[in-house]
Amino acid sequence: MAFTQSRQQNGVVVVRSDGQLIVGNRHELKELIQGALAAGDRRFVLDFSHTGYIDSSGLGALVTVARQVRELGGELRLAGLNDDLRSLFELTKLDSLFSIADSPAQALAGF
Amino acid sequence: MTSPLRLCVRRRPAAGGEGPDVVVSVSVPSDVGCIEEAVALVARHCFAGVAVEERMRFRLQVALSEALANAILRGNHEDADKRASVRVELAPDAIRVHVTDEGAGFDPHAVPEPLGPDGIQGAGGRGLFLIRKLADAVEFNDRGNSICMTLRRR
Repeated sequence: MAFTQSRQQNGVVVVRSDGQLIVGNRHELKELIQGALAAGDRRFVLDFSHTGYIDSSGLGALVTVARQVRELGGELRLAGLNDDLRSLFELTKLDSLFSIADSPAQALAGF
Repeated sequence: MTSPLRLCVRRRPAAGGEGPDVVVSVSVPSDVGCIEEAVALVARHCFAGVAVEERMRFRLQVALSEALANAILRGNHEDADKRASVRVELAPDAIRVHVTDEGAGFDPHAVPEPLGPDGIQGAGGRGLFLIRKLADAVEFNDRGNSICMTLRRR
């Protein structure tokens, strides 16, 4: 499992999640976002195109970091969720809390 | 490094007999860092050599990951002397997944649904809810330290 971070020319930070986002690595994602916030980044796209599954701890980590980003005036968007992953957000009604784009390119458009 | 997981697979003899066709058992240490490997191991043995509906694999992975997280964090309180045990019964029409911890148990009926305004904004409390949504049937033993999740093949 790895989270890789890249910065677009317009300053948006894209974080790619490879593997799973679950209880065993959720802190890694939180620390990455919190580190970027501390460095002054405010706009984030989380790319789940290469993610197998997410558990409730992973969903909770997303809720936490999204709130932290919002409190600092920033925005965090999700992208690349397949039908199974998207169903987790729908079941938990988290689709009402996040901006979810089909692809990273779509999430970046107009950001 | 050797894996801290302990695996046992039993196959029913081809000629008759009652019970599931295959039973996969895995003993998992009380370390959340072992969950991903345990889930992958179980999924590999559950779906070896059979046509798999990807949705079924996804449901199993998430439900088992949730149940193991509950067992290790809330049941065993990450006590290194305790383990979580997984027993999966494979039948032609369904997969039954039992996850048991060494804790005192809990009352599953006392866990609120996380869909109110506070629940949606909260960082936790979605695990059992997700299990109930992903599995076709969920049962607990009387003590509340063992969950049985049934996923029917469709």
